[in-house]
Amino acid sequence: MRSDRIFNWILRGLALTVLLGFVLLVWFLWNEALPALRSAGLGFIWSTGWDPVSGDFGALPFLWGTLVSSILALMLSAPISIGAALFLTDIAPKSIRTPIAFLIEMLAAIPSVVYGIWGIFVLAPFVREHVHPLLNGWLGFTPFFEGPPFGLGMLTAAMVLAVMITPTITAVCREVFRSVPDLLREAATGIGATRWETIRLAVIRPSISGIFAAMILGLGRALGETMAVTMVIGNRPEISLSLFKPAATMASVIANEYAEAQGDSHLSALAAIGLVLLVVSSLVNFGARWIIERTESKTHV
Amino acid sequence: MQKVSTAVIAAENISAWYGSNRAVIDISLGVNPGEVLALIGPSGCGKSTFLRCLNRMHEEIDHTRSEGRVLYKGEDIYSDDVDPVAVRSCIGMVFQKANPFPTMSVAENVAAGLRLRGGFSRSEIESRVEGALRKAALWEEVKNKLRAPGTSLSGGQQQRLCIARALAVQPEILLMDEPTSALDPISTGRIEELMTELKKSVTIIIVTHNMQQAARISDQTAFFLMGKLVEHGNTEQIFNSPTREETENYISGRFG
Ligand SMILES: Nc1ncnc2c1ncn2[C@@H]1O[C@H](COP(=O)(O)OP(=O)(O)O)[C@@H](O)[C@H]1O
Ligand SMILES: [Mg+2]
Repeated sequence: MRSDRIFNWILRGLALTVLLGFVLLVWFLWNEALPALRSAGLGFIWSTGWDPVSGDFGALPFLWGTLVSSILALMLSAPISIGAALFLTDIAPKSIRTPIAFLIEMLAAIPSVVYGIWGIFVLAPFVREHVHPLLNGWLGFTPFFEGPPFGLGMLTAAMVLAVMITPTITAVCREVFRSVPDLLREAATGIGATRWETIRLAVIRPSISGIFAAMILGLGRALGETMAVTMVIGNRPEISLSLFKPAATMASVIANEYAEAQGDSHLSALAAIGLVLLVVSSLVNFGARWIIERTESKTHV
Repeated sequence: MQKVSTAVIAAENISAWYGSNRAVIDISLGVNPGEVLALIGPSGCGKSTFLRCLNRMHEEIDHTRSEGRVLYKGEDIYSDDVDPVAVRSCIGMVFQKANPFPTMSVAENVAAGLRLRGGFSRSEIESRVEGALRKAALWEEVKNKLRAPGTSLSGGQQQRLCIARALAVQPEILLMDEPTSALDPISTGRIEELMTELKKSVTIIIVTHNMQQAARISDQTAFFLMGKLVEHGNTEQIFNSPTREETENYISGRFG
């Protein structure tokens, strides 16, 4: 049919536009970043100084801030999300499953600036007044919990991020657990497994690669999240092991400095940071896909 | 009907509901040790539901309930101080569709019940796994691929793997819900052979749609209709001279 052919071409055109858009984006970033990369070379990634006034640009503090805050957020969020998903598929009474799932998914629709405000007004004081005294009091001798109570900093950012990625991870895990056939649950119950053993044997174990995929998806969201993190992380490009110290992420430094950047070299450095962020996110996603495919081909032979 | 006292497992006035739908109505039925009892009847007549009442699997479904007693070696498995989890480990179950754990190897599947119980040494587990696989007539076929995923076996082998998994914890009773209905005739034949061997050590209650199968392998047969037990007796008597007309109609319809 003629109209089919036309429709086909339109779809192809649209797909190509998306691809072209991506290529243009990368090309634009590359072009903008080139001066900064030329003057610093690969050292741009490993150098720690960031001083726009003296023209000193290094991405490491931001790379550090992005990775640490995101991974920490994932560590906080994953157990909660997996637990919530299990609750929704295997524990809660049937009648409340859908409403609760809906509420959790609603959390994903809240604009990130709202999470930022909540972080500043609720979470930061909570960290300052309750979390810091506790952790610093007991574990302040370790490098991870030393330092004064600012409220804003790495831990607060990670906590906000954790709340933000929890709906995503929960929703994906819930789909994964729902796709486990009841047949398997019956198999476990039938050989004398308790409720919890049934969940472990028949629900979690067959879902490992799916759980992993959900976590990566959450990590991907955390890596690129900008607004909320910028509002609560303290925005200081320093590398510290302490979770109470302020830090900065790749996304937060771009958001903070792009509008009032001092000159071309500063702009170029920010673009280069954008490029690094793009590469890191892509690596995480491809790496995850690769691992998932490998574990799946292993378990479903 | 046999005397309840000689039965290793006996239902007494069992009724079972899904919501307000009563799927099993006041059934009393027992089976003697070492015998095979076949449950037959048109689909939807409550055979599976009744079977699942015998190891307290029925209550695992939401909005269900049951009434009556099930005496296992003279003790009511529904009394308050009985743990349903313990019941299910003495009364094993094999389902219509083979359901090995997909992330576990052949050996791990068989050992799953033992691992849950704990307290077995490695060598004990290994010998129990081999024993159960031998009993399930699967050992010769899988002894060289114990580490392969359970789901890599053929359909018939997977079902025997599930039988081995149930046998590994050495239950005295095995409940089987149409275990061969998804299998080809050759695999079905192997499982029937296996059952005649098995009944030396376990008492078997099997739901089947296949009249010839019931006639071949069972000692006793019970005919269900619309949630009720219509007739129960020696398999030969049920098939050759049923006393109730409904039984006769069903059997002749199914054979003819
Ligand atoms: N999970 C369930 N929820 C609601 N009703 C059910 C369920 N399983 C079975 N039933 C109902 O119970 C009755 C008996 O079913 P079942 O025991 O599966 O019969 P059979 O095994 O003899 O085919 C049927 O009317 C069926 O619709
Ligand atoms: Mg059935």
